[in-house]
Amino acid sequence: MRVNGKEMTLGNNQSLLQFLQSNQFDVTTLAVARNGEIVPKATYDVVMLGEEDTLEVVRFVGGG
Amino acid sequence: MAVKRTDPMVYQPGMEIITSDILDKVLKNVDNYDYSKVSAREVEEALKKDHLSMGDYGALLSPAATPYLEEMAKKAIIETRRHFGNSIGLFTPLYIANYCENNCVYCGFNCKNKIRRGKLSLVEMERELEAIAKTGLTELLILTGESRHHSGVEYIGAAVKLAAEYFSTVGIEIYPLNADEYAYLKKCGADFVSVYQETYNLDKYQQVHLSGPKRVFPYRFDAQERALMGGLRGVSFGALLGLGDFRKDAFATGVHAYFIQQKYPHAEIGFSTPRLRPFINNADNNPNDVHEKQLLQVMLAYRLLMPFAGITISTRERAGFRDHVIGMVATKISAGVRVGVGGHEQEEKGDEQFVISDPRSVTEVHQMILNRGLQPVYRDYIRV
Amino acid sequence: MTDQLVIGGHPFNSRFILGSGKFSLEIVKAVVENGGAEMVTLALRRANRGGEENILDYIPKHITLLPNTSGARTAEEAVKIARLAREINCGNFVKVEVIRDSKYLFPDNYETIKATEILAKDGFVVMPYMYPDLNVARDLVSAGAAAVMPLAAPIGSNKGLSTRDFIEILVNEIAVPIIVDAGIGRPSQACEAMEMGIDAVMCNTAVATAKNIPLMARAFGLAIESGRNAYLAGLGRVLTEAEASSPLTGFLED
Repeated sequence: MRVNGKEMTLGNNQSLLQFLQSNQFDVTTLAVARNGEIVPKATYDVVMLGEEDTLEVVRFVGGG
Repeated sequence: MAVKRTDPMVYQPGMEIITSDILDKVLKNVDNYDYSKVSAREVEEALKKDHLSMGDYGALLSPAATPYLEEMAKKAIIETRRHFGNSIGLFTPLYIANYCENNCVYCGFNCKNKIRRGKLSLVEMERELEAIAKTGLTELLILTGESRHHSGVEYIGAAVKLAAEYFSTVGIEIYPLNADEYAYLKKCGADFVSVYQETYNLDKYQQVHLSGPKRVFPYRFDAQERALMGGLRGVSFGALLGLGDFRKDAFATGVHAYFIQQKYPHAEIGFSTPRLRPFINNADNNPNDVHEKQLLQVMLAYRLLMPFAGITISTRERAGFRDHVIGMVATKISAGVRVGVGGHEQEEKGDEQFVISDPRSVTEVHQMILNRGLQPVYRDYIRV
Repeated sequence: MTDQLVIGGHPFNSRFILGSGKFSLEIVKAVVENGGAEMVTLALRRANRGGEENILDYIPKHITLLPNTSGARTAEEAVKIARLAREINCGNFVKVEVIRDSKYLFPDNYETIKATEILAKDGFVVMPYMYPDLNVARDLVSAGAAAVMPLAAPIGSNKGLSTRDFIEILVNEIAVPIIVDAGIGRPSQACEAMEMGIDAVMCNTAVATAKNIPLMARAFGLAIESGRNAYLAGLGRVLTEAEASSPLTGFLED
């Protein structure tokens, strides 16, 4: 799986929510695009990730 | 027994209704315009600005601006030169028919008036066009009275098509049409449309337009917009100054043109200033009289509100007045004018709409323009 | 009578919009409070694993967040960024910024129009950053923009109102709020912009590179308020030359 441009092994079957939490991402401050599609936040707990997935995990920073 | 008149806000059959907020916006602005409350200070404030607000425009039309006419003129000259250089356009009107169904109390073509009615056949039109073209003019204004029966859209279209063979710019000053009819005339070769609202005050409007299609106030008001929807290049506005409260009518005219230009930014805008002359030797000094001073004030205000709009000076005014306003504020002048039906090459076929005060020929007007250090321009466009 | 700035139906009392780039997180809060800004821009970047500071913790809760699509080089990228930002769940404002010139950082007006149309239809309150062009501004309004943000000068240049005349035209002709963005370097320039009738000013570099950042933020807040008051009060007459006296209107009769 690719996350933010870096290769990662997924390990066992998990939902996006589980993945984010186990990697200490603060879910309330994020948005995620999976394979180019934006994942609605309400579905993080039911979207199951696969080894071939590419994720972009983004948050707000100062800018603009 | 009083005659029952129709409601001037009710459309007649066949009249296109468009959805536009411009009528309401204009009338609202006019309602809020109280020129008696304008101070000299507000006029001065307006005169130092490059871009007039509605309030500034109203100030320049108020009685408080009368002592500032010279200053307005100085400013107007700069704006006119900036946008038009020293060019003055020449044109002439051609009345092709004077049949009319409207009962307008102030007009020579009033359907109730027993005048000689006539209309030009295509052959007669061609003779007129040739004669006019020989004078060197390349811009023509075609006029009719309001009669779909005698001078319908197809007849006018045929006239426009013919005129387009002789003239590079063809304007039409006819009765208001629907957008698709304007589109048809555009295809025939029409470039711009001129419609005068006469007065923007509904009460006055219905007092003077008693019957006929012209009775319908909003249909006439929206004519310019429908013309632009039909694809015409430019539109002209005007009120018959002196018919109603001329300051309010001039204010409404400017505001109307302003909003139309904002909505249709590509449109070329023009103003005309026909006026009802006050009776000479009139004992009471009626504040609503439009003397030359007031006429000039209106023209200057139009110029300062919309520096890029054309302003036409007609032959209703005397030669001396016309000579002085071109280059200062007017950018277009008529010459070699006949206001009966035809009359350029042959005897007039129908009676005239008004009395001409300046009968000078094209050559004479051309020379006058040169004498004033300005440049007579015949052709602004080439028809391809 | 209040003089509120209304964008997309939302009222604001302050006409100072803060760009949050170039600030350290701790300063952001001080700047917002000293300057009185009620809207702050934010960018979107990749998140890192493990705990990290969240800028939202430094922005007071009542402030409207204005995510911006910086990084986008096309309308499509801008739309994607906007939608990701909205998914973080902080409102539906977005500043559309589409730049594909890395030397001057000028916005691509045409991609901006495209992005604006898509995002406006998608329910965003769209505030497009643009190079001042009247035709483009009209197209942006038709496309659904809630405001138009012309640049005053290149980003970070602190040059002030280089595009003054063109922005003035926008103020005269465009019905939605005009917000000057980019290039404002001093409070006096922000004041001048407001005196012209501009609806709000956005700045970033000018505050972020000051020696005393919170104080500079305060200076900007006051300058913007002053300029607005001057505009509302109506500026006085300036005589530039002596007046000649030969009469242009001597010919009138009747």
